[in-house]
Amino acid sequence: MFQVTLQHFLVLSAILFSLGVYGIVTRKNAVMVLMGIELILNSANINFVAFAKYGNFGFSGQIYALFVIVLAAAEAAIALAIVLNIYKTFTNVNIDEIDNLKE
Amino acid sequence: MSESLLVNLSIAILFLPLIGFAIVVILGKRFPKLYLLEVGILTIAFILSLIVMFSKLSYFPKDIVSEFTWITIGNAPLNGVINIDLGIKIDNITVLMLFVVNLISMLVHYYSIEYMHGDKRYTRYFSYLGLFTFSMLGIVLTHNILMMYIFWELVGVSSYLLIGFWFEKKSASDAGKKAFIVNRIGDIGMFIGILILFTNYHTFTFDTIFEQIKNGVIPFSSNAWLTAAGILIFMGAVGKSAQFPLHVWLPDAMEGPTPVSALIHAATMVAAGVYLVTRIFVLLTADAMLVIAVVGAFTSFIAATIAITQNDIKKVLAYSTVSQLGYMIMSLGVGAYAFAFFHLVTHAFFKASLFLGSGSVIHAMHHEQDIRNMGGLKKKMPLTYATFLISTLAISGVPFTSGFLSKDGILAGTLAFGKLTGHWLIPIIAFTVAGMTAFYMFRLVLLTFHGEPRDHHKFDHAHESPKLMVVPLIILATLSIFIWYTPNPIGANQGWFLKSWVKTPQQVIPNETRFSFMVGKENHEVNVEEHGEIVNSLEYTETMHWAHYKAMFASLALAGLGILLAFMFYAWKKFDADKLAEKIKGLYNFSLNKWYLDELYDATAVSGTLNTGKGLSLFDQKIVDGAVNGSAWLTRFTSKLSGLFDTYVVDGLVNFSAFFSGFVGLNFRKLQTGKVQTYIVYVVFAVIILLFFFKPF
Amino acid sequence: MNYYDILFYLFAIITLVSAGFVVTTRNVIYSAFFLLFTFFGVAGIYVLLAADFLAVVQIMVYVGGILILLLFGVMLTNKITNVDIRTGTSNLLPASIAIGLLMGALVSAMIYTGWKVQPASEIPDTSIKNLGALLITDYLLIFELLGILLLIALIGAASIARRDKE
Repeated sequence: MFQVTLQHFLVLSAILFSLGVYGIVTRKNAVMVLMGIELILNSANINFVAFAKYGNFGFSGQIYALFVIVLAAAEAAIALAIVLNIYKTFTNVNIDEIDNLKE
Repeated sequence: MSESLLVNLSIAILFLPLIGFAIVVILGKRFPKLYLLEVGILTIAFILSLIVMFSKLSYFPKDIVSEFTWITIGNAPLNGVINIDLGIKIDNITVLMLFVVNLISMLVHYYSIEYMHGDKRYTRYFSYLGLFTFSMLGIVLTHNILMMYIFWELVGVSSYLLIGFWFEKKSASDAGKKAFIVNRIGDIGMFIGILILFTNYHTFTFDTIFEQIKNGVIPFSSNAWLTAAGILIFMGAVGKSAQFPLHVWLPDAMEGPTPVSALIHAATMVAAGVYLVTRIFVLLTADAMLVIAVVGAFTSFIAATIAITQNDIKKVLAYSTVSQLGYMIMSLGVGAYAFAFFHLVTHAFFKASLFLGSGSVIHAMHHEQDIRNMGGLKKKMPLTYATFLISTLAISGVPFTSGFLSKDGILAGTLAFGKLTGHWLIPIIAFTVAGMTAFYMFRLVLLTFHGEPRDHHKFDHAHESPKLMVVPLIILATLSIFIWYTPNPIGANQGWFLKSWVKTPQQVIPNETRFSFMVGKENHEVNVEEHGEIVNSLEYTETMHWAHYKAMFASLALAGLGILLAFMFYAWKKFDADKLAEKIKGLYNFSLNKWYLDELYDATAVSGTLNTGKGLSLFDQKIVDGAVNGSAWLTRFTSKLSGLFDTYVVDGLVNFSAFFSGFVGLNFRKLQTGKVQTYIVYVVFAVIILLFFFKPF
Repeated sequence: MNYYDILFYLFAIITLVSAGFVVTTRNVIYSAFFLLFTFFGVAGIYVLLAADFLAVVQIMVYVGGILILLLFGVMLTNKITNVDIRTGTSNLLPASIAIGLLMGALVSAMIYTGWKVQPASEIPDTSIKNLGALLITDYLLIFELLGILLLIALIGAASIARRDKE
């Protein structure tokens, strides 16, 4: 039971994923939403690496995790630039108040 | 000259005036000199018709027919294929009519150049003349009754336009309307007659119809229908040729310009009715002919009695025209076909001459038409007087004139008719009218040209008309001399006109429906040389021969008596006409007021029509309008009901569906927050539900 | 229960607890710092999964790069003078229910799915050499494309962020 198997890693990543989603859904601050996204990406990475180890896929899983990290970096940079712009325009970054396209 | 050339020339003659009309009526306002084109065209047409006449009379003894199929009515049930042909037929009377119409039309054109000078619708006048000439030539040339009907109406139209030419005058426009409407009455009969023929023979072509009748095809297999068809078509002639009871339009038509009266209401158009009867002569039954003869005789008598007392120079001539037309119709009715046509031609010339002469007088007297204000014009207008006198002699039937020849023939025909059938009233009327004609025509001449001038002011200003007006008079007067028609001044039968040009055709109807004397005998060619005219039976030929000299002497005596009386009344003053008029005031007024026929028509037909119209209008207002209003009310009522239904049921449904969608939308809209986070929640829910349903684990 | 298991539970607890704080604290700065611990925990998990290079990368890129970026973002978008850098929340109740259900579903899915486990025949000492070889052989194209992507992201972020000229 306490012997660590694949399921343990997967459950860890599932919980992490759920927490990320929760963060995305509930936080109003755009930066917090970004943090939730990072959590989700990390949970995905854990899955990749875990399957890479337990599934005998060689290092491809790790490579993909590496790519995800790179993409996360790029995404974070772009997203933060956008957040900065939003802040310049609306003087806050509460995404529920930024609904100009709705009307 | 070949036949086709002749046909082409005839068609050219027909259409030249139409082209002239079209050009002048379109461009006349811009180029006032265009009337010269119209005159030129008529001159060309006249020359062509002269050529056509001579070549036809000299080289083509047979009739020339040129036709094409205009409408093909497909295979109608029971009737077979019906073709409606258009075409022209050139026979002797056609070319003679062509010549007469074109000659008089041309002369009237030249005459009008002077007479109408200064009129504000000068070019339009000439274009109307062109239209009229075209229509008249169409009547003359056509070989079928449909085209004839069309042209018949066209002459009616142009006559209407020309009578009402000075439409600013109410009397003129009224006269135009009257002429048109009265003519319509006759035309209805003609149209029904045409339809009877067409229903039975499926063609409008004269010759085809006659051929079928000859082969024993009778309309509706009944001789009565044949009679009816003849009389109904004759009704057209009654209208157009101003026969009783539809003659009332012609005297009123004198409101038109005098050259128009000469052309249309004396020489050509009114003769169209006679021409029509000559065309259908071969299908006239004995009964129809009797009707025609009686109508003609009665007309000529009425018109003559009226003409005696009229004081307007044109009215006298108008009634004399009616009277002479009655003569022609009567002549056709009694079977003297050739003489009727002969009289048509001679009458056209001398009556045109008389009218143009009266126009000359009126022109000189500054539009004075009352003969009581004239007199003594002989010295002032010698040429007009001379031509007028010659024409008067002709119409009175004095020897050495054309009128003597033709009238004598007609009188002989009536006499023979009386002897053969026992209807003596017709020759009696005919002879009486002959005497009266001489009387009133000389009364006219004497009052106008002889004696002392009664209106010195106007007399002093009177002058001989210009050359353009006098030359036509001279030409027409010359044509009133016997020499153009026959070398023998007292017997027309030997002349080329009757001997070789115009011959009475054989009737085509069954023998039992003809007058017995119209029935052809197998060996009837006896005495053709001697009697000149080929008629239907030996009996008739002999009777004509018997009647010839009697009629001639009687008519001479009556004409002489008439002339003598006229001189005694108006030249030598042996009797005082006014006193006589006082003495027989009733009769005088009866004649002066034209037998009160206009009043009678006003009281019966016109007011009857008006009252019927009023009654119908009342009917319209009360019943038709009531029905309409009732239906309107009903419509409104039902529409109100359906409006309520719409408002509450249909609109209710619509509004409910709108409300329902609005309600649903209002609620579902709340789901659409526009916030991504909320959507993510939905997505998560959806994923859960999917996981629950598909249970991948 | 050997050291491996203990280490796993340790890192797992660090990761999840700090992640829970990340998504629940109202203070953005706190969140950012708890995120730091989360990343550390994940890096430890990587190590346990024999991905030592990835763990290093995780620390370098996430902690050294992304987290710093996020902190900058927090600080640039909040007034520093305002000590209470808080964030509002929304959809708390439906989100809690949904996430609870989702978590349950996912966890049960992970547990009850019969995963085919086929352990590697031999686990190499270090993964750096193999990863490097793979990057410039099988994944060369993606590697290059990622380079270009990063360049574009760099330029794009810069140009987006300083669009204050007009």
